[in-house]
Amino acid sequence: MAMWQQEIEAMPREELEKLQSERLCWQVNRMYERVELFRKRMDELGLKPSDIHGIEDLHKLPFSYKQDLRDYYPYGLFAEPMENIVRVHASSGTTGKKIVVGYTRNDLDKWEDCVARMMTAIGLDNKDFVQVAYGYGLFTGGLGAHGGATKIGATVIPISSGNTANQIQTMVDFGSTCLCCTPSYAMYLGEAIEEAGQTDNLKLKAGIFGAEPWTEEMRHAIEEKLRIKAYDIYGLSEIMGPGVSYECSEQCGMHVCEDMFIPEIIDPDTGEVLPAGASGELVFTTITKEGFPLIRYRTRDICSLNYEKCACGRTHVRMNKPQGRSDDMLIIRGVNVFPSQVEEVLLKVGSGITPNYQIVVDRINNNDTFEVNVEMDESMFTDDVKSIERLEKRITEELRSMLGIGAKVRLVNPKSITRSEGKAKRVIDKRKI
Amino acid sequence: MFVKQLSVFVENKFGRISEIINALAENSIDISALSLADTSEFGILRLIVDKPELAVDVLKEEGVIVKLSDVLAIAIDDAPGGLAKALSVLTDANVVIEYMYAFIGKADGKAMTVIRVDDEAKAIDALNKGGVTLLTTDDISAR
Repeated sequence: MAMWQQEIEAMPREELEKLQSERLCWQVNRMYERVELFRKRMDELGLKPSDIHGIEDLHKLPFSYKQDLRDYYPYGLFAEPMENIVRVHASSGTTGKKIVVGYTRNDLDKWEDCVARMMTAIGLDNKDFVQVAYGYGLFTGGLGAHGGATKIGATVIPISSGNTANQIQTMVDFGSTCLCCTPSYAMYLGEAIEEAGQTDNLKLKAGIFGAEPWTEEMRHAIEEKLRIKAYDIYGLSEIMGPGVSYECSEQCGMHVCEDMFIPEIIDPDTGEVLPAGASGELVFTTITKEGFPLIRYRTRDICSLNYEKCACGRTHVRMNKPQGRSDDMLIIRGVNVFPSQVEEVLLKVGSGITPNYQIVVDRINNNDTFEVNVEMDESMFTDDVKSIERLEKRITEELRSMLGIGAKVRLVNPKSITRSEGKAKRVIDKRKI
Repeated sequence: MFVKQLSVFVENKFGRISEIINALAENSIDISALSLADTSEFGILRLIVDKPELAVDVLKEEGVIVKLSDVLAIAIDDAPGGLAKALSVLTDANVVIEYMYAFIGKADGKAMTVIRVDDEAKAIDALNKGGVTLLTTDDISAR
């Protein structure tokens, strides 16, 4: 099987670990000099960069958290002057404030390599037509896939997300051989293509799907509907974007680009590193990132790592699909949603009092549904249909502007939301993922 | 001059109205008039009852959001043109009607209409001058 950077992807582990050690020391040194928060945390632990000799010392280093990105919003954690930052991306944080990440030219180049490795691993090359139906913009999905496809010399079709009829027509007319989008959109497209009777006119052979959790059953359904192989891609903007890890043709776990990102699995409660193969919270250290590097970043994704050599010949460790979260973040239609964001909107609308609320998420016909039930109280109630409708509409609009996705808002009776031990259950996720 | 009206928030949920009405029945509260404003997501149930304060307590006990407010109620002839005459009095006085609902009263030959207006003082004045009878809670509940 072809590799994009064989000498790195199939590097003997011993050599790879030596490379990681060198890069880790380089990163710790420069971050200690350049990133105030990191220096502060090192000092608190009484650690000096000279105490870090290699990856065996990784566990001594302080963790970093999503909250840090918010506290130092927008550029406070960058390790390069803005003159060297050529791109920023952003995603929603735990509250209204976005989290911002920055890339140097080298960072973009390496990111493209991550995605190029995946595309090569699943058999794509410069003869392929890659339809990028992830959203383009501050979200890393669109431009991430775009960069990798450009790098392998494929013909990129930068259609972005939405407009299903146009997606199908383009796919047929332009002869797309690879589709990049969220798995739920792939499923939806598959059905629409079937309905349009266009399945036989497709040249698709592969799909690269990520940005939201999906199941093996969904993979089979997509593969059947679109008559392709469906591959999983993992990433998060804090670390890089899509391509931090990816499936190869073997489809048995996602290879982490270990020459750039060192993964660890920890106990989310104690922070202890867990032995290989154990399930726990995934933590990443970026050892080549220049613009926005992170040491021991807590992803909150729960998964495990497999260090056995893969049949594809790659030596880079494989992670399995995240099995859940160690925080309360939800991924709805590919968008990160924290209950605290919903709370913030309700606080604003409820003029100082947060009404009781409940988020109900489900997946119906492979589309995520997102309902927010809000308990009415006397201060919100008037004897006037219009003013209650206005309230409902205002909550809906504020949620959309905060989260970027639509929610169905329902006003419900007081005390009708289930409580356990006096505390309302905030989230009901009925999706079987 | 005014009639007490209960406005109840009704969540769009099967059996909800029935629960509310049952609670009133169990406490021997007599409903004289009722209207339901509905949207696709919720409703407002408006009620005229004989014991409005008790009704509020009962419904609050049930965990229902309820508000008590004053509305106008008029008696009109239960004959063609009865309502038209009363309404034209309000229109001529530039009073805006926000909602209204009618019911057949117990008083002989009279129908009754509950009216919510934008300007109550102006409406009362116009109705009095126009010779339209305004009712109280007692008038409506009298047997």
